[in-house]
Amino acid sequence: MDLASIVFLVFAAILVGSALAVVTLRNIVHAALFLVLVFGAAAGIYILLNAEFIAIVQILVYAGAVTILILFSIMLTQNPNSRSSNPLNRQALIAAGIAALLCAGIIFALSQNGAIAGSASQAVTANVGNAVNIGTLLYSPTTYSYVLPFEIATLVLLVAIVGAIVIGREEE
Amino acid sequence: MLLSLNSFLVLGALLFCIGLFGALSKRNAVSVLMGIEIMLNAVNITLVAFSSAFQKSAHGARLTGQIFAVFIITVAAAEASVALATIIAVYRRRNSVDVTDINLMKW
Repeated sequence: MDLASIVFLVFAAILVGSALAVVTLRNIVHAALFLVLVFGAAAGIYILLNAEFIAIVQILVYAGAVTILILFSIMLTQNPNSRSSNPLNRQALIAAGIAALLCAGIIFALSQNGAIAGSASQAVTANVGNAVNIGTLLYSPTTYSYVLPFEIATLVLLVAIVGAIVIGREEE
Repeated sequence: MLLSLNSFLVLGALLFCIGLFGALSKRNAVSVLMGIEIMLNAVNITLVAFSSAFQKSAHGARLTGQIFAVFIITVAAAEASVALATIIAVYRRRNSVDVTDINLMKW
């Protein structure tokens, strides 16, 4: 077993374990802190897949911004007279059944499909430095690029900023 | 063979289902949102794994999966900000973020 496989196993174990902790812990602040671990281990998986730009964006946006936002809203919405801050509802058993069924279905479908699995045996190659290629593919005005979806994404972010301010402000 | 495409896809499927369970089974609205974030991360891992597996082509690197991951991260950030603003607004009116109590639009 080479080093990359061991690294993959470690990151996968951290990912699944801390995701299970997020959905099972009774204290919601602990769950939110385990969410940071999920995001960090996912960034490690991206680096393992030669996607270092996505990994850095993941750390910046998810582990930085989204986690802080979630922790802030947990602090602003704590209810002191509830026993547990993160209870399960009545459909928890059905939800577990649905999730287990879906997982089994996806893994069964993957095991049935040999064509994709065969053509991708070299999942990890040695070339690094794909930020330039991503930038060209995202912004370039002359070659084939995703510049129009990028502009639409900026519009989505603007609408989200204005919407969050309008929804979240105090009413007089 | 541990680093084949399939092991990353299985990891993504496991994470997606854990996130689905979290989103379906929680009472606290913030917790439901955390489950959705885990699901989005699972989809991102799947997309980046496909992008990395099919990177070698005649025209150089194929990075469409990573571009899609960037867009998913953008939309997830927008979604998180609006959802948390909504949760805070609901808490201000009803003094609770229990999603089983918020049934005004249910018939």
